[in-house]
Amino acid sequence: MSAGERTGDSRRGDTRRGEGRGGTPRRYAPARRAATRTGQYAALLGYLVFLAFPFLWLLSTAFKPPRELGSMHPTWVPEAPTLENFRQAFAQQPLSVAAANSLLAAAVSALLAILLATPMAYALARFRNRLSRAATGWVVISQAFPLVLVIIPLFLILKGLHLVDSRIGLIMVYVVWSLPFALWMLTGYVRAVPRELEEAAAVDGAGRFRTLVSVTAPLLAPGIVATALFAFITAWNEFFFALVLLKSPEKQTLPVVLTHFLGAEGVADLGPLAAAALLATLPSLLLFAVIQRRITGGMLAGAVKN
Amino acid sequence: MRHDPAPGRRFRRMPRRRLLTAAAALPAAALLPGCSDDRRRPSGGRITLRFQSLAWQQDSLKANKQLVAEWNRQHPDVRVQYVQGAWPTVHDQLLTSFEGGEAPDIIHDASDDLADFAYGGDLADLTPLLPPRLRRDIPQRSWQTATFNGRIHGIPFLQEPRVLIANRTELHRSGVRIPTPEHPWTWREFEEAAQRLTRGTTYGVAWPLKEPVSATLNLSLSTGGQIFHRHRDGKVEVRFDAVDQAVPRTIHDQVNVDRSASRTTLGMGGSDTLPGFFAGRYAMVPLGFSYRQQIAQQAPKGFDWTVLPAPRGTALDQGVSPQTLSIAEDCPYKEEAMAFIDFLLSPPNMVRLALGDWLLPMGQQALKDPALRTDRYDWATGTALAGSLRSAPAQSVRGYPEWKDKIATPGLQEYYSGAIGLTALRKRLVEDGNLVLARYQR
Repeated sequence: MSAGERTGDSRRGDTRRGEGRGGTPRRYAPARRAATRTGQYAALLGYLVFLAFPFLWLLSTAFKPPRELGSMHPTWVPEAPTLENFRQAFAQQPLSVAAANSLLAAAVSALLAILLATPMAYALARFRNRLSRAATGWVVISQAFPLVLVIIPLFLILKGLHLVDSRIGLIMVYVVWSLPFALWMLTGYVRAVPRELEEAAAVDGAGRFRTLVSVTAPLLAPGIVATALFAFITAWNEFFFALVLLKSPEKQTLPVVLTHFLGAEGVADLGPLAAAALLATLPSLLLFAVIQRRITGGMLAGAVKN
Repeated sequence: MRHDPAPGRRFRRMPRRRLLTAAAALPAAALLPGCSDDRRRPSGGRITLRFQSLAWQQDSLKANKQLVAEWNRQHPDVRVQYVQGAWPTVHDQLLTSFEGGEAPDIIHDASDDLADFAYGGDLADLTPLLPPRLRRDIPQRSWQTATFNGRIHGIPFLQEPRVLIANRTELHRSGVRIPTPEHPWTWREFEEAAQRLTRGTTYGVAWPLKEPVSATLNLSLSTGGQIFHRHRDGKVEVRFDAVDQAVPRTIHDQVNVDRSASRTTLGMGGSDTLPGFFAGRYAMVPLGFSYRQQIAQQAPKGFDWTVLPAPRGTALDQGVSPQTLSIAEDCPYKEEAMAFIDFLLSPPNMVRLALGDWLLPMGQQALKDPALRTDRYDWATGTALAGSLRSAPAQSVRGYPEWKDKIATPGLQEYYSGAIGLTALRKRLVEDGNLVLARYQR
């Protein structure tokens, strides 16, 4: 369907909705349409403001000097913007090292999760039997386990493997933790790829693996990117495992280091905390900004079943 | 400080586990060569102790790290590794560390967080290890805050009294008597002062009671309130008698009867009330002594503030849960760990730690330091209160955290906001509370 056809359909639909009982177009239909559209835009704007509020507040706080932080009438734009909070944040805590640790853990775990989840998702999507249905069910159920339920057994297992206080141990945990969701997402994308393409590849003599690598995987690219991004963000923001599993200061990740700006009973070193939190938020935002089109495509690809 | 077995022996003992580990870790290992290591492995006779500190303010961090560096320079054979912990997560982090046998050797925490770890056998008994100097320097009543079943499991070294931070201009304008540590207000005088300070849009006092339990319990000591009463058999019972009710009733009346206290701050934390305090919305805010740092940093230029002692009842006493240093039971080098603690808590070093955190040191020698007796930022007011600080009533009560979270916090919040009366509060704290404690005392 071309864009023009879509527009035409839309117009016809609107006209029909604008007709009175006798089939006569109502005069106020364009005005009502405009009002509806204005309302939609207002609602959308309100939603965007709602979503952006925490980030904008963080941005504003990060550049405020201490006296403005204690103001009864806070302003959006700092009156005397300063980089002092950033200087203090870096002076107080090893933020660069922590950011590098987070980046490493998030990137490697996302990569591994995708490498493992892609063939598994293919198998679950294409070989549908009781076992695969049970596996899918288990994957979904495993998402419901609370962290506190698994943390001590996990800690003991990793200790037995000498992987406590190890980046490798943490990455293994992140891979295992993000795998069910990655698998669930990718299974949907695989199902959206027409079987006929694979059958055509089989007719041409391609085996299962070759079909997966040469035919299915390229079609899954948007889904893989979207899934990898979610795995990355999950690991980048993860706090509890990193808190419990990593002991050495030089291995701690960014979310753990952020808590070091908090004192007892909720007291916070607000300026440096906001500056550090802003830096921690930026990679996620940049990633989304750079590849958002792919994400949207990937998400939609899994949404429709042929 | 665990010695790794010889490589060959370890391989023979669990080849399958090693194989699985290697297989699972192979992809990441390719990217991260040498990431995993055991920094506590002895090399050349040198041992390494891990010191987990909860210092978080800039000056405090600096003092702690400098002291660790000084120790390491002076003691090349006993290296201390500084590990940063955080107050909001320390309990969960220690819990899993103890369960997994990977706890830090030297542990910084608050005394009211130690009970479960002490009774659980996770913390070493420090009684035989304590240097006599340190034992003498810290008052006997302070040792009670970290003593469980007659054994000392933590060394209290910093404490924080609750004080009234007040707008000095408003105090002078109202003409109320300015209290001093020698002549503090009685609770009655405090109520009257709050009423006189209330005018227009200014409230006399703002109680930040987002977490109302410890504030209520600790201040109630001044009227003789205990709430937790220990019997001879060691069992603890909750009571809420007239002396226990005095402070909660005062706060309730200020909010709901006199209207001299702001209702909106009941749900706030201490920091949340500061903008209103600076803007003149509240004349006094009961806060911890260390809040002076935030006030010094954030107060508008020319804002004149002062520190007043908390009101007294039958005594000036109030409860505190000091910051403590403990040693993990699993630490094989307890004497060396204690030597480091002794170094860290020598009088001059304790002063550095106290100044860094804007808190009071527990050591009597450190308390005499002129830097802590200056009028600047009202250090002298806090120092003068040190003698009236007692072990918090709930300090060693097993089940207190559950009582606090499930019973007392919602109960006190509803009472202070006027949703329930004193009878309903009493019923909850005592009847429901004793049911909770009974589960821990079977």
